[in-house]
Amino acid sequence: MAQTTTLQPTAASTLDAPRTGNWDGGNEPFKASYGKLMMWFFLLSDAFTFGAFLTTYGMIRHKHEVFTGEASAFHFSTKWWPIPDHVFNAFPGMGHANVPLGFVALMTMILIFSSVTMVLAVEAGHRMDKKDVQKWLLWTILFGTIFLLSQAWEWGHFIRGHEEGTLMADGTVFHGANLSMNQYGPVLFADLFFFITGFHGTHVLSGVCLLVWCFIATTNGTFEKRGHYEMVEKIGLYWHFVDLVWVFVFTFFYLV
Amino acid sequence: MSDMSAKPNLSAGVQTAGGVGTAPVSHTEHGDAHHDEHEHHDQHWLWKYVFSQDHKVIGKQFLITGIFWAIIGGTLSSLFRLQLGWPEGTMEWLTPVLGKWVEGGKLNPEFYLALVTMHGTIMVFFVLTAGLSGTFSNFLIPLQVGARDMASGFMNMLSYWFFFLSSLIMFFSLFLETGPAASGWTIYPPLSALPQAIPGSGMGMTMWLVSMVFFIVSQLLGGVNYVTTVINLRTRGMSMSKLPLTIWAFFLTAILGILSFPVLFSAALLLVFDRSFGTSFFLSDIYIAGQALPNQGGSPVLFQHLFWFLGHPEVYIVIMPAMGMVSEILATNARKPIFGYRAMIGSLIGISLLSFVVWAHHMFVTGMNPFLGSVFMFLTLIIAVPSGVKVFNWLATLWRGNIRFTTAMLFSIGFVSLFISGGLTGIILGNATLDIQMHNTYFVVAHFHLVMGSSAFFGLFAGVYHWFPKMFGRMMDEKLGYIHFWLTFAGVYLVFLPMHYIGIAGFPRRYYAWTGFDSFSQFADMNKFISVAAIIAFAAQFIFIFNFFYSIFRGRRATQNPWNSTTLEWTTPLVPGHGNWPGEIPAVYRWPYDYSKPGSETDFIPQNVPYSQTQSSNLPYEQELAD
Repeated sequence: MAQTTTLQPTAASTLDAPRTGNWDGGNEPFKASYGKLMMWFFLLSDAFTFGAFLTTYGMIRHKHEVFTGEASAFHFSTKWWPIPDHVFNAFPGMGHANVPLGFVALMTMILIFSSVTMVLAVEAGHRMDKKDVQKWLLWTILFGTIFLLSQAWEWGHFIRGHEEGTLMADGTVFHGANLSMNQYGPVLFADLFFFITGFHGTHVLSGVCLLVWCFIATTNGTFEKRGHYEMVEKIGLYWHFVDLVWVFVFTFFYLV
Repeated sequence: MSDMSAKPNLSAGVQTAGGVGTAPVSHTEHGDAHHDEHEHHDQHWLWKYVFSQDHKVIGKQFLITGIFWAIIGGTLSSLFRLQLGWPEGTMEWLTPVLGKWVEGGKLNPEFYLALVTMHGTIMVFFVLTAGLSGTFSNFLIPLQVGARDMASGFMNMLSYWFFFLSSLIMFFSLFLETGPAASGWTIYPPLSALPQAIPGSGMGMTMWLVSMVFFIVSQLLGGVNYVTTVINLRTRGMSMSKLPLTIWAFFLTAILGILSFPVLFSAALLLVFDRSFGTSFFLSDIYIAGQALPNQGGSPVLFQHLFWFLGHPEVYIVIMPAMGMVSEILATNARKPIFGYRAMIGSLIGISLLSFVVWAHHMFVTGMNPFLGSVFMFLTLIIAVPSGVKVFNWLATLWRGNIRFTTAMLFSIGFVSLFISGGLTGIILGNATLDIQMHNTYFVVAHFHLVMGSSAFFGLFAGVYHWFPKMFGRMMDEKLGYIHFWLTFAGVYLVFLPMHYIGIAGFPRRYYAWTGFDSFSQFADMNKFISVAAIIAFAAQFIFIFNFFYSIFRGRRATQNPWNSTTLEWTTPLVPGHGNWPGEIPAVYRWPYDYSKPGSETDFIPQNVPYSQTQSSNLPYEQELAD
């Protein structure tokens, strides 16, 4: 074993020594610990889960009619896919003011900010600066929680619906949406909205839980004793992934 | 297991370019310490045999659970073969076992559907996925790449216990009053989405979905472990081009699982919502008893796309570990290097890539755009190329080999035979136009049972017979093995060859009885023949089961390297303890197929023998390493 420590990486040319190139075994070819690799592969797999949901969204939306009239003449009908500007136009505390996508833009900004604070926490971990790790983890937890609460408000508003409501096939006027009725358009618009944003929200919630656990472990000095803050980095990878997924969800449901 | 203390060295390795050598050293040192620690105190049996984090124990747990499931799956098939062979016969004698599923001497038709559904589910997922790659990826990856254990022993243990939980749920669903899931192993909606459609779409389907969710979790935990172990924990010198083909196969299988199972997870979750929470993802325009359901706008074809995006890679998840093990066993027992080592790796990679872009060949008759069908047909037929490469390489490996007919070798040769026979009909079915005639007939059943079902089973048997000495330190009985092989080999062909004929004659799958169709009556005796062959072939498996369990306790004691094999697992002690190698992990110098090397004193040179000790057989370019 002492022999291998003195080996130079280039000294692969004797009949007695195993090769020592980057992919020749005995090391970590991606310079990443197994834990980090596992997180990457998990995220890859999770990306396929979300990919399947967003493909579902695309295929079902493609099956539905679009509104072909003037944009100003748009009104909700179960016949056509709604225009998001008209669905998501409320802002907390602003009553009936028409702020298309205002609130969701704010939510998105908050989530992106949480990614920034996450990066700062990871960076502080590299410096072994416990105080800073704690500080930035707290900010990330805070932003993550605000995002979740905002989503709860957004859901609440979506469920309660607009004042005017929409005439359903059975002749009643329906306000808001649930999994089998939808004021804003075809029922699948609501199904997909609840399902995909809900699935994403569950990810954010798990992320916040992980961050809280991570904060407690940091405070207890677990990582300091371990000599590295790699766990913060791994959870950071997950957190950025969840943010990235939101960008896609946001694009699909709100922008296009 | 070793990350904690290895970490500081790792970060040092990242910072200094010359630090490549430091990480493995710390790893092995720690591994040794870890190992010694276990020799000093005895573990409680609960942690040693039940909640073990040792990859070898986990592998055996997967194997034994897989054997349990194979017995269940085989029993179910015998039951429906009884029905198909003797549609007029009485099943009264089965009442003590089946209870109310036998009514007036007849098998309940709904239960027949449940039988084929559960047979498919159990065999594909629980036996040939968990039982096959779960067993051998766990057992062989650390041993053959030269690692103390899997990257994360804890997650590896969780992987088994999630599988166990999933197994429990699936097993209990067999005893539901309304029966287990009954809409086919592909669980197409709307049949599976509407609990009121058939009894099996009620609680049975719910339990099926819950069970599969846990199964997928288990697959992911296992998969990320296999992949990271192969990437990070190879011993010194074990480059990717010195890996045994088994490891390449397990590695790519795990990647397929990581990328395809999550899509089944998505589909299952959407289906759960359709079933239980009133959504309409897969439902539209459905009438039940004249009443229109409120669900509008969904698409059942969407489910098929999602399902087969998993479903097709899944058949390669089943077959590729078998391919890897067969390559290894053929080379060892033909005493020849595997023919076309790099082509074997290339074809595995090719098959893996193609497996993701052919799924819609399962859907040619769903009303899919014919142009799309022709694209999928084209991609599907390309798979014949890497498959052909593999088959010719296996045959060329056998060619003029110094063949030793061990039981494992027989099963490996049997694998190649079945893979060819089943693969040829795949080319027929891959043609969209021919598939219009053939789809959903017994021709399809015969095709996939030969090419992935029986072949993968043969790979599994070959693996068990070959690595049994490493698992238990004893040998399985060769004579019983021969009897098992010949009965199984003949049985499989006698079952599935005739099925091609009745398939061409138009027999549809999943039919309870064809007694209502006059044109099929002439095939009644052929169905009877198939049933007899199937039941004999199934009965022959008990020879294996006896041999397996008897040999664990009473088998002939094995030697350290009974097959004179070159790979690293045979350099461990007879029954390796926790940590696999008592001392340092051997380094690797050469590829795993130095069999009958000209000029060598022995007819095999293990991977851990340096070139300096084999001067007489070194090839010019190997000799140049000294300069």
